[in-house]
Amino acid sequence: MNPIVIEARNIVTSFGDTCIHDNVSCTIRENEIYALLGGSGSGKSTLLREMIMLETPASGSIHIFGENIAKLSLVEAQKLRRKWGVLFQSGALYSSLTVGENIALLYKEYTNLPQNLIHELVKLKIDLVGLPSHAIHLYPSELSGGMVKRAALARALALDPKLLFLDEPTSGLDPLSSRQFDALIRQLRDLLGLTIVLVTHDLDTIHHIVDRFVLLGEKKVIAQGTLNEVLAVNHPIVDYFFQKETHGIQG
Amino acid sequence: MKSSSHATLEIINGTSKAVFTCSGEWTLNSLANVAMILESYQAVLPIVWNISNITELDSAGVALWNLYSRKFKKEGFTSKIIGSKEEHLRLYRLLYPHSQENTPPPQQQGGLHTLGRKTHDYVQGIGYFLDFLGEVFIVLLYSLRRPSIIRYRSISSHIVTAGFDALPIIAVSSFLIGVVVAFQSVVQLQKFGADILIVDMIGISLTRELAPLITAIVIAGRSGSAFTAQIGAMKMTQEIDAMKTMGFHPYLFLVWPRVIALMIILPLLIFFADIIGIFGGMVIANTQSHLSYTEFINRLQGALPIKHFIIGIVKGPFFAVLIALSGTYRGFQVSSNTESIGRYTTKSVVNAIFLVIACDALFSVLLTELKL
Repeated sequence: MNPIVIEARNIVTSFGDTCIHDNVSCTIRENEIYALLGGSGSGKSTLLREMIMLETPASGSIHIFGENIAKLSLVEAQKLRRKWGVLFQSGALYSSLTVGENIALLYKEYTNLPQNLIHELVKLKIDLVGLPSHAIHLYPSELSGGMVKRAALARALALDPKLLFLDEPTSGLDPLSSRQFDALIRQLRDLLGLTIVLVTHDLDTIHHIVDRFVLLGEKKVIAQGTLNEVLAVNHPIVDYFFQKETHGIQG
Repeated sequence: MKSSSHATLEIINGTSKAVFTCSGEWTLNSLANVAMILESYQAVLPIVWNISNITELDSAGVALWNLYSRKFKKEGFTSKIIGSKEEHLRLYRLLYPHSQENTPPPQQQGGLHTLGRKTHDYVQGIGYFLDFLGEVFIVLLYSLRRPSIIRYRSISSHIVTAGFDALPIIAVSSFLIGVVVAFQSVVQLQKFGADILIVDMIGISLTRELAPLITAIVIAGRSGSAFTAQIGAMKMTQEIDAMKTMGFHPYLFLVWPRVIALMIILPLLIFFADIIGIFGGMVIANTQSHLSYTEFINRLQGALPIKHFIIGIVKGPFFAVLIALSGTYRGFQVSSNTESIGRYTTKSVVNAIFLVIACDALFSVLLTELKL
C-alpha cells in the first residue's frame, strides 16, 4: 500500500451555530485520485479549504506529508504550500496579468532561474494542459470557461507539486470538455506521479478517474472507499447520490 | 524542500565533442546555478549530455535540456542526451509531444495610433454617458406615471447610509473649515481694526460657497465611490443581468433611489454644515478677537441676507444629481475583471468632484450676472 499523504482525523467544524462536520476522518494515499463527495452544503468544499489552510477546523487534526498543519510555523507553512497546487472552482486567475504572467509569477517569486528558462517552462505548462500557444498573451477576461480551467491548472502545476487540489474541476464545462479534462488529470497523475484530491459533483468523473472517495452527508462520513465498496453500503444518501434506482451508476 | 544534492554540471571538452555530465537533483528548486552556467556557455563543439547520474528530475530539468539543446543547434552544434532512464523518457515525451512554436506577443501600437484610439474612446465615452442619461430619464418618466413602482424603501435606506451616517464627518470637516476661514480673516481684519466684519466674512463665505462645496466633496468621496463599488460588484456577479431577465429595470432599482436619496439629503447636510461651520468661526472669533457669542449672533442676523443661505442650499440638489449619476454610471461600466472596480471607482470620484466644482463655478457666474 502506498504511503499516506493526507490524514484528517476527527474533524469538527462549525460556522456560528451551524455544525458542518462532526467527527469527519479520511485518509488519502500517494498517487491516488481521491474525491470528496456530498450534496450541496455537506461541507466537502470546507474540508478541502481546511486541507489547504484557508480555514481551520474547531477540533481534530490534519496531517499532510506527515506534518500537522495546525502546528506549523510561518516558514514551515510556506514550505508546505509550495508542495501543492490548487485549482479553484472559478479559476481565480489574477485578472490584471496575462495567462503567461500568471504562471511566471510563481517562478519569479520562488526561483532564480534565467528569464528565458522561465519563459520555456511557462510555454511547457501551457502546452501540457492543452491550451493553444497564443493563450500565453491573453488576459483571463479573454478566455472561455474551459480555457480558464486549463490556465488555472497550468498555474497549479507551475512548481511541479506532488499534490494537487481541484475544486470542482469540471463544473461549468460541456460534457466533452469535462471528459477531456478528466483524461488530462488522469494522465498527469500517471506520468507525474501526482496525488490528486478533488471535490466534484460529476458522476462521470467519479466513474472514470476517481480511485477512492469519501461521501459526506448529515455532517458525517457516510461511506469511504472505492466505488464498489461505497455502492455496497446501504444508506439513503448513497442511493440518492448515485441514483441507484434510476439511471445512475451501477457497480 | 529537500536540498540534499543540488544539480551539478561538469563540462569536459574532448577532441570531437563536449561532454556535459549532469548529476544531483535536476528539479525546479536546485537548478538555478546550472541554468546560470548554461546561460553564459558558448558552444564550440557538439554536445553530449550524460544524465545517467541524476537522482531526480522534474519538468524544469527537461525544459532546461530542451531549451539549451535548441540554442546549441541554432548555433550549429548537435546536442544529444545519453544515459536516460525509462521514466525520464516518459516525462520528456509528456512535456514535448511535438515541437514547440513561438507566438510573438501582440504588436505594440505607435503613439499616433494610441492618441487616435484615446480620442475615439473619449468621444465614445461621452456618447455612452448621454445614452445612460437618456435611459435614466425615460425610466423616470415611466415611473412617474406609476408612482407605486418607485422604490421608497430603498430611498430611505440610502438616506440613512449616505446621509445620516455621514453627519460626523461632515460636522468635523465643516467645523474645521469654519475655524480655518476665521483664523485667516481675523489676522487680516485686525490690521484695519475691523474685527467685527469677521461675522460677515464667515457667514457669507460659508453659507454661499464653502459649506455646499465641502459637503458635496465629502459625499462624492464617501457615497459616490460606494455607489460605483456596489453596482460594479453586482455587475460582476451577474446580479444586474438577473434583474434584467426578471424585468426589474436596474436604473429604476439602482439609479433613481440613489439619486433621489442624495437630492433629499444634500440640502439638509449643507444646512447642517452651515451651522457647524459658523459655530467653528464663532469659537475662533471669541478666542482670538474677544467677540462674544451674543454679539456674533446679533451681528450675523444683520450681516447675512437670507439669499446667500438659500443659494447655498439650492446648489445641493444639483450637486447631488451630479454625484449620484457619475457614481452609478461608472458602476454600470465595470466589466468582469476585478481590476476594473478599482479603476471605475477612482474615475467616479474624480468625475464627481470635478463636476461639482465646475457646476459651482457656473452658479457663481450665473448668479453674479443676475446680480444675486
